[in-house]
Amino acid sequence: MAEMLYREALNRAIDECMAADENVVMLGEDVGLYGGSYRVSEGLVSKYGEARLIDTPIAELSIVGNAIGMAIGGLRPIAEIMTANFSLLAFDQIINHMSKYRYMSAGKLTLPMVVRFPQGVSKQLAAQHSESYEQMLSAVPGMHVFAAGDPNYAYHALKAAIMMDDPVLFIEHELLYNKKGEVDFDTPVDPFKARIVKEGENITIVSYLKMVDDVMAAVPQIEERLGKSCEVIDLQSLNPMDTETIKNSVEKTGRLVVVEEDHYTGGYGAQVISRVVEKFFYTLDAAPLRIAGKDVPIPYNRKLELASIPTPDSITEAIVAWGKNNGL
Amino acid sequence: MDKLTAEDIFYTMALGRRFEYAAKEHYMTGEISGFLHLDIGQEALSVAAMKAFDHGDVFTTYREHIMAIARGIEPKAVMAELFGKKTGVSEGRGGSMHLFDPSHFFYGGDAIVGGHLPNAVGCAYARKFQKSEHGVLAVFGDGATNGGAFFESLNIASAWKLPILFLCENNRYAIGTEITRVAPFLEQAKKAEPYMPTKEVDGNDAPAVYEAVKEAQDYIQKGHGPIFIEAFTYRWEGHSMSDPGTYRSQEEMEIWKRKDPIERMKKLLKERYIMSDAQIEALEKKADAAVEEAVQFAAQSPEPEVDELFDYVFAEEVRHG
Ligand SMILES: Cc1ncc(C[n+]2csc(CCOP(=O)(O)OP(=O)(O)O)c2C)c(N)n1
Repeated sequence: MAEMLYREALNRAIDECMAADENVVMLGEDVGLYGGSYRVSEGLVSKYGEARLIDTPIAELSIVGNAIGMAIGGLRPIAEIMTANFSLLAFDQIINHMSKYRYMSAGKLTLPMVVRFPQGVSKQLAAQHSESYEQMLSAVPGMHVFAAGDPNYAYHALKAAIMMDDPVLFIEHELLYNKKGEVDFDTPVDPFKARIVKEGENITIVSYLKMVDDVMAAVPQIEERLGKSCEVIDLQSLNPMDTETIKNSVEKTGRLVVVEEDHYTGGYGAQVISRVVEKFFYTLDAAPLRIAGKDVPIPYNRKLELASIPTPDSITEAIVAWGKNNGL
Repeated sequence: MDKLTAEDIFYTMALGRRFEYAAKEHYMTGEISGFLHLDIGQEALSVAAMKAFDHGDVFTTYREHIMAIARGIEPKAVMAELFGKKTGVSEGRGGSMHLFDPSHFFYGGDAIVGGHLPNAVGCAYARKFQKSEHGVLAVFGDGATNGGAFFESLNIASAWKLPILFLCENNRYAIGTEITRVAPFLEQAKKAEPYMPTKEVDGNDAPAVYEAVKEAQDYIQKGHGPIFIEAFTYRWEGHSMSDPGTYRSQEEMEIWKRKDPIERMKKLLKERYIMSDAQIEALEKKADAAVEEAVQFAAQSPEPEVDELFDYVFAEEVRHG
């Protein structure tokens, strides 16, 4: 057990994997000498050298494409995309190549690789530096999508992802890098399982990444104003989705809320609600509620920026109003 | 270059540098947020290129405050944008990285490295199609010359003989990575050689940049097709305010500070254009006053209202629920 920052947990996961297997390499813009934009790879180049911590040109298509080739060639690459928006240049490689090679080759090719993916609304970085793409990425068959919401999961899930033989898209939130938390090194975490962050009886709130923290900040208010208790789930693995954990919780509470930062239209939360409604509609006592970002490019101005995504206040207001309308 | 132009370029460079230091100061106080990329040390290119390319469209990157000002956008409107205010060029939606003003033929402010190059090529196509006098100036850093969009743009612009000037600002670094570590040579113009005429220029020498861009503007307007200029310069500050800048040595930074483009321009004003210290000082004072006014304007301007969040998503009134 140790208390550490999210970025330190990621760093330690990579470090341990590199120490254990010399085929593990990392590539991306500024990941080597500079130590990574978010300091995730800090110090690793001096330990493992420039041949394993590879500084690339600004060429995202090649970063992911090269990683695919490295995996085919027998390495275990970790590709870093500096910020999710730039990954769009690599979507051809992610969607047409990385996720399909195994299937198209009838299993003759496997790609043991990870693409690390910092995303989300940080602080006033405006529309070209604020996007969330879990909804698109989770819609692609053939790769796993993990979303790390705290240091413990970040450490265990990244290690698992690096050692896994299938391609993993590993989403990190840019506002979480300095989040502190306990990491229990000795108790492995199943990266595919959701985590119950807080138990409760009356409302199931499903979320992931940074929104889990915003939900947790809202929960005391919600519980006080409604006089009911909330169960909070951090999904963690977005593809596959751990429907079992959601089901068990909704069976107990009868009510479901999903909170996400990506845009409302086409957002990932729609997928959560669709599954619950389709598969266990009769466990629900009320129509589910979805709280998501607005359908607007993220603005620079702070006030507008906060109005474009859920915040603890807007989450509280939305859930309290919904609860009152639904007999809570 | 005539004396008036030289004076104007010097003034705008001095204004630009003061503007950047003021932006830095107000970033420290929290009035400006997000990513702030300063242009200090590179003013010769930003100003002289804009002044020389006096008719046509400009596509550029996130390090564009001084270019916007040199293009004629009010310093007040640029500073207000950095403050996220309603009176800013982009009404607080864009911030430092996204300044757009079609009335000055100025498009960005694009923060996807190299992403604006195909757009610039498309605009050059439109100008050719319209048989316009205008050509297009596309400004980008050395870091943008390794991506697919760059090579695709060179190819299409030359295949279609489009009126576009590719202007590479080579300051050697893309954030913390030196260009020669990720490209086989320092001079990025070499990559354009099979496609179009190329030229190298000292990016800290404002008159040299001015002359080169003027000539290039003339060249593309005559319908000869695209041309490529590479200007060598250096940024004094970190990549952005969040960059500690530990990847560069003190000696290297000192060498470049001694090549200060503004001091060099000042010397030229004195020696070639026989201006007195007092005349030069008057220009600097005027720049100080303009920046002070811009900051005051920005600080006192209102923020956009939350109910304006969806303004500008679409041009047409369509209901999206
Ligand atoms: C497609 C893309 N990849 C990565 C980034 C992150 N990034 C922003 S600026 C930059 C360096 C660009 O360097 P250069 O083009 O030389 O311009 P300079 O900053 O030196 O003016 C990087 C890697 C980005 N904005 N867009």
